[in-house]
Amino acid sequence: MYLNQFLLLAAILFCLGVYGVLARKNAVLVLMSIELMLNAVNINLIAFGAFRDNVIGQVFSLFVIAIAAAEVGVGLAIVLLIFRNRADIDLDELAQMKG
Amino acid sequence: MLDNAWLIPLIPAVSFFVILFFGKRLPKKGAEVGIAALTASFVLSLLTAIEWTGEHVPRHAVHRHTTWFEIGGIDFGAGIHVDGLTVMMLVVVTFISLMVHVYSTGYMDGDRRYTYFFAALSLFTAAMLLLVVSDNTLQLMIGWELVGLCSFMLIGHWWEEGVNSGAAIKAFITTRTGDIGLMTGIILLFFAAGRTFDIEALNREALTGGIGHGTLLIGASLLFLGVMGKSAQFPLHVWLPDAMAGPTPVSALIHAATMVVAGVYLVARLYGVFFAGFSIEVGGTNLVAIIGAITVLIAALLAFVQDDVKKVLAYSTVSQLGYMIMALGVGAWTAAVFHLFTHAFFKALLFLGSGSLIHAVHSNNMSDMGGLRKFMPTTFWTFMVGSVALAGIFPLAGFWSKDEILLGAAEDGYPIMLVVGLIGAFMTAAYMTRACYLIFAGEYRGHGHPHESPPSMAWPLRILAVPAALAGLLNAPGILLFNGWVEFEVEGVEHFLEHHDFNPMLAAGSVGVALLGVAAAAAYYYRGALNGLADRVPPLRTAHRVIVNKYYLDHLFLGIIRAIQYPVARAAYWVNQHVLDGVVNGVGKAAQRTAQVAYDVIDQRVIDGAVNGAGLSAEEGGSILRHLQTGRVQQYAALLFGAVAVLAMGLVVLT
Repeated sequence: MYLNQFLLLAAILFCLGVYGVLARKNAVLVLMSIELMLNAVNINLIAFGAFRDNVIGQVFSLFVIAIAAAEVGVGLAIVLLIFRNRADIDLDELAQMKG
Repeated sequence: MLDNAWLIPLIPAVSFFVILFFGKRLPKKGAEVGIAALTASFVLSLLTAIEWTGEHVPRHAVHRHTTWFEIGGIDFGAGIHVDGLTVMMLVVVTFISLMVHVYSTGYMDGDRRYTYFFAALSLFTAAMLLLVVSDNTLQLMIGWELVGLCSFMLIGHWWEEGVNSGAAIKAFITTRTGDIGLMTGIILLFFAAGRTFDIEALNREALTGGIGHGTLLIGASLLFLGVMGKSAQFPLHVWLPDAMAGPTPVSALIHAATMVVAGVYLVARLYGVFFAGFSIEVGGTNLVAIIGAITVLIAALLAFVQDDVKKVLAYSTVSQLGYMIMALGVGAWTAAVFHLFTHAFFKALLFLGSGSLIHAVHSNNMSDMGGLRKFMPTTFWTFMVGSVALAGIFPLAGFWSKDEILLGAAEDGYPIMLVVGLIGAFMTAAYMTRACYLIFAGEYRGHGHPHESPPSMAWPLRILAVPAALAGLLNAPGILLFNGWVEFEVEGVEHFLEHHDFNPMLAAGSVGVALLGVAAAAAYYYRGALNGLADRVPPLRTAHRVIVNKYYLDHLFLGIIRAIQYPVARAAYWVNQHVLDGVVNGVGKAAQRTAQVAYDVIDQRVIDGAVNGAGLSAEEGGSILRHLQTGRVQQYAALLFGAVAVLAMGLVVLT
C-alpha cells in the first residue's frame, strides 16, 4: 500500500468533480460534482492521517462531511426554488446577473 | 466678625442679583430685599466695630488673603484688611446706605424703574464696601471702578431727559480722566515696590525708603489725579454739581458715604505713599494741601450764587472734601478721617432733608420755597441740625472735626492752610445761613400746598439728626475715643500723627468766625443792609459774573476739547481715508487675487482633476471589467479554478 495510490484516486475524483462543475448544465449534477470534489479532499485528509498515525485527518474529514451535508441542504433548496420559479434548472439560462 | 468682614460687601452684592432677577415679582418690588441686606450688613458692621473697639491695645489689623490667580510668580489675590479705618468706613457706609434705602421707599414711590433703582443702590453699596475692605490696590481699583459705574447708572436714573444723561456721562468721563492717573500710579507703585499690590507693603516700602523719592513723588501724584477726579477736587470738581441730576437719595449716598469719599479714603489708606511722596512732614506747602485749600475756597464761593438747593449742598460737599484733602495734606490724618466720619452724617441728613423739601414743593429752586418752617416742622428741625453741624458751631459734630483740621494745620507748620480753613469756616456758615433763610424764612413763594413728608422719609431724618449732632463728641477733649480706635498702623508716621492738645483759643476763633459768617449772611439777607452791592460796584459785578459762570471752567474744558478735537479728528479722518483705507483695500485686493489664482490652479486643476480622474478611471475600469460579469456561475467557477491552478503552479515553480 502506497500513499500515492490514494492520492492518485483522490486526484482523479477531484478532476471528475471539476469537470462536472464546469461542464454540466443540470444544477443538481453540479451539486453532486461538488460533493465529488469534497470527498476527494476527504480521501486526501484520511490518507495522510493514516500514513502519519494521526487522527486529525479523520477529524477534519468528519467536519467536511457535516458541512457538506448542510451545504447540499441549502444548495438543493435553492435549486428547488429556481425550479419552481422557472420550471427549469439549466444553468446556462440563469444569466440575469450579466453585467 | 473681624475675620469674616468679607461678608459685609457680599450681602448687598447678592441682594443686587436677587433684586435684579426676582425684584419685580416681590410684593414691595425688591425694596425689602435691599433693606434686609443692608440691615444685615449694618448689624455685621456694628459687631465688627464692637469687636474692634473691645480689643486690647495695641490692636492688630486682620489681614486675610487668598490667591485669585497667579501669573509669572506674581500673586493676584483677593483679600480683606480690617483695621480701625476700615471698621469706621464699614459702619458709616452701611448706616448711611440703610437710611437712604428706607428713605427711597418713600421718595421713589411710583417711579417707573423702582426695582432697578434699588438693585443699583445695592450694587453701589457693595462696590464701596468692597473698596473699603480690600487689602490690595488691584481689588481696590475694581471697587473704585464699580462705584464709578454705579454712580453713572444712578445719576442718569431719569435718562429720558437729555440733561440727566448728559450729567451722568460728564460724571463718568471726568472721574475717568482722573482714573487714568490712578491706574498708571498703581502700576508704577507695583513695580517700584517690588511687584506687589499689597497696600500695607506699599506703605511700608514708601515709609522705609524702599522706593526712591522721585518714583514715589510721581506715583503719589498719579494716584492723586485719581483722587481729584473721584473726590471732586479742583479742577476736576465740575462733575459733582451736575450729578445733582440724579434722584436726591442717590445724591445723599454719593456725597456722604460712597463715591466722593472713596478718594479721601484712598489717600488715607495709602497715606505712607502720600506722606513720603509729598514730603508732608517738611511743612510749608505741598500739592495735596494746595489742591485741598483751593477747593475749599472756590467751592464755598460757588455755593453762594446757587438757587438750586441741591447745588448749594453739592458745592458745600466739594468744599468739605477740600477740607479733608487739605487735612491729609498737612498731616492731620486723624482729623481728616474724623471729618469724613462726621461729615457723612450731617451731609446725608442735609441731602435727605433737601429731598424732603423738593418732594413737598416739586421744585429744586430755593426761589420757589420760603416759609416752609411751619409746613414741615420735622424737616425744618433736622435740616437746622445738619446746617449748624456743617457750619461748625459748638458743640455739634462739624465743630469738633473742623477744629481738629485747623489745629493740625496750625501745629504742623502750615499757616496758609490755617488761614484758608478759617476763611472756609466763615463762608460755610454764611452760605448755609443764606440757604436756611431762603428755604424756611419769609413767605411761601411756590405753588400748591407743601406738606410734611411721609414717615418713611421723616424717620431717616430724625435718626440721622442724632449722629449729626453728637458724632463729634467721640473725639472731644476728655473723651478722645475715636483717636484710639482709628489709627494709621504702619510705623514711620506716628510721631507726626500724634494727637494735638485741644486749643481753646483756636476753637473759640473758629466758632467766632463761623458766627461772624452767620451774622454777615443774616445782615445781607435778613436786614437787607447791603442789598444791591454787587450791582453797584463794577469789580464786584465782574466777580459775581465769574462765579455764576463757575469760573468759566466748563467753558475752558469744552474749549480745550474742541481745540484739540477738531484737528485731531480731521487728521484721523485723513489717515483713515488715505492710509488705513489704502491698506485695507490693498489687503482686500491682494486676498482676492490670491484667491483667484488658488481657484484656477489648485482647485480647478489639481483637486477637481484628482476627483474627476478617480471617477473616470473607476468608470473605465468598470466598463472593461463588466465583460467578465457574464452572470454564468460556471464561467466564474472556471475562472476560479484556472486562477487557483495558475497560483498553484506558481507556488510549485517558486518553491
